[in-house]
Amino acid sequence: MKIWKNAMLGTAIAALTATGALGCEADGRVSIIGNEFPAIQTVAAAAGACTGIDFSSNLTADHQTLNVAGMSGNPAEYTTAIVANSSIVALINEDVIQPLDDLVAAYGQDISPSQLITVDGKIMAVAFMANAQHLVYRGDVLEAAGLEVPTSYEEVLAAAEAIRTAGIMENPVGGAYAAGWNLAQEFTNMYIGTGGQFFKPGTAEVSINNAQGVEALEMMKALTAYMNPDYLTHDSNATSAEWEAGNVALMNMWGSRTGVLMDDEGSEPVVYENTMVSGPLTVGDSGTPATTLWWDGWTVAKNISDADAAATFKAMAAGVSPAILNDETMGQAVWLMEGYTPAPVNEGVLASVAAGSQPYPMRPFQGLLHTALGDNIADFLQGNESAEQTLADIEAAYTAAATEKGFLQ
Amino acid sequence: MKHSSFFWFVLPSSLMMLLFIAFPIVSVVTQSLYQAHDQVIIEVENCGPFGCTVDTSVDSEATAALRAAEPLGQWAGLDIYKDRNHLALDEVAQAWVNSDGLPDFGRTLMNLPFYDAMAFTLTYTAIVTPLTIILGFFIAIAVNAVARALRGPTIFFSLLPMIVTPLVGSLILFWMVDARGILGTSLQWLADDPTLSVKASTPMMWIMLMVYGVWHSAPFAFIVYYAGLQTVNTDTLEAAMIDGASRWQRIRYVVIPHLVPLTTFIALIQLMDNFRVFEPIVSFSAQAHATSLSYAIFNDLGGETRLLSSAAATSVLTIIGVGILLSPVLVRTWREFGSPR
Repeated sequence: MKIWKNAMLGTAIAALTATGALGCEADGRVSIIGNEFPAIQTVAAAAGACTGIDFSSNLTADHQTLNVAGMSGNPAEYTTAIVANSSIVALINEDVIQPLDDLVAAYGQDISPSQLITVDGKIMAVAFMANAQHLVYRGDVLEAAGLEVPTSYEEVLAAAEAIRTAGIMENPVGGAYAAGWNLAQEFTNMYIGTGGQFFKPGTAEVSINNAQGVEALEMMKALTAYMNPDYLTHDSNATSAEWEAGNVALMNMWGSRTGVLMDDEGSEPVVYENTMVSGPLTVGDSGTPATTLWWDGWTVAKNISDADAAATFKAMAAGVSPAILNDETMGQAVWLMEGYTPAPVNEGVLASVAAGSQPYPMRPFQGLLHTALGDNIADFLQGNESAEQTLADIEAAYTAAATEKGFLQ
Repeated sequence: MKHSSFFWFVLPSSLMMLLFIAFPIVSVVTQSLYQAHDQVIIEVENCGPFGCTVDTSVDSEATAALRAAEPLGQWAGLDIYKDRNHLALDEVAQAWVNSDGLPDFGRTLMNLPFYDAMAFTLTYTAIVTPLTIILGFFIAIAVNAVARALRGPTIFFSLLPMIVTPLVGSLILFWMVDARGILGTSLQWLADDPTLSVKASTPMMWIMLMVYGVWHSAPFAFIVYYAGLQTVNTDTLEAAMIDGASRWQRIRYVVIPHLVPLTTFIALIQLMDNFRVFEPIVSFSAQAHATSLSYAIFNDLGGETRLLSSAAATSVLTIIGVGILLSPVLVRTWREFGSPR
């Protein structure tokens, strides 16, 4: 993995220096903590290519367990954390990142205003890419069963029944339903799709034990009837593997993962040539798509010297400048910079944005609810208890956790 | 040994134990008695690439002074131990009053995360510990009977399950019992049920976790027993043979009594290990079917918002649980070594 990582960084740097578009100079320490996937590798490599900086980066899937601790000291170990809309709240809650208004005014002339993430009027992060879950389908299977591309979960159920009846596939529906984070994410999508509100407005009091909550759970259970019986152990990776094995014809999947499904590695031509993406699905008649929008962006640590903060800002701004876009990096993500031209794999995410989907809530206590959801929904899907009981359990588990963290008194 | 030389002899290890075992436990106990300060929640407008939304945020300036004065948080006493995600005292009391007979009370109890985790942990410990000891004993007897030239390789292969990293070992089994894996398909063929899936059924998942547990720790019992077998008095064995004792009788009346003290030792270690069952639950993605106290700690620390006090409270409960579980064995050891012979 390490070798692979270095190789990736190497190619990214080579690609960048080849374009000769970098002209970044700064003086100070730049240290990145962030997740590990190609788009972030590209950004980190471009930031590290700045001259005059003392650069280091730690890109790992475990970044969330490191970033708060690594930014709490004075001076902070990491001068910047690459985060998403769900994980930035932990940094804001612990007060370890600084507002960027002054730095944007001084050095951020090339950053498009739509990339700026503001909380209460203060710029807290600069976003560089978007992500969302949307429908991925097998064109040949739908055609063989004589079906249109579904736009709602109700149509997915009907299509799944038709595919099963036609004897094409036994379990045509896929989904990252692994108990824990993935399952909670699927509920979050579905509940937003029913038009439900997670909390009483302006408070940390949870309110999901309602008709929309039951509707979301019932729809999830109906879908699982058409899934591989092991669905509670299938995370995004396992679901992608099921897709590449040709066992699935319809699934709600991350836009950032569709590139892997549509390339010619890991599956038969009949699978990857017929893998198509479409927009987000709806549930019921609320009109809100049952998906959430995500951004990835970078922040600047609070407990560092002004010189290091300026150097970090300049390097990261160079890391997400339009200059990093070339043939190799263009398809890695739905970039938010100017000059980005979408590839077919990215159409699902763009369709999700265009359909008016809601962003994943940037709320201090949403993570606690997410954990409570992931721990309890499996009980309902396995038929151990009623939907109301499951929702009551989730509310009780959340309330205990939120009380401990001081959100509820 | 003189008292002073004994003191200097154990001082380095006592210091190490104090530093690396006692102090962290004190810190964990302290953490479990505090909770976060009351957060001041304000409504703000969040804007980004997808437009603006009105949402809540934490007013960190309002609590900054409080946090600086009391970095541990506010005193919570035993509140965290008593809340629903731990001992859930109120919920249990309520269920006792409201429930419709014992089975209904049991169902309500199993719906609370702590008791659900305890149910699996205790079942796992109660089944895996004796099976490990019995299996380890028979492997040791069998290996001891193998021709001397083959003994080295046999011992090596018998130890493999313990050498393989737990996460990797359980992952291998996890793939094998997949509906399309070799064990999963064999089970479907044996049961004559093409839809049978180990990963989808709670009882099957429990059995798989326990099979893995026995597979993984039997080598430990084996190697301890094997060492013990080398010290069995051969004169006694020969005398028994001359008296016409069968192989089984020799094992029953000579070998087993000789190995009993070792059994206490193995039971002690295995009870501790099994009570903290963790890795197989993660590698088998079994959290929908089985959780343990260790898994609960992992879950508290792995979320986007870390629940330090909750994890600390569960850790203390684990230590207490291990203490209770080990007390009979400890009392026995105390009596054996404490009494003048």
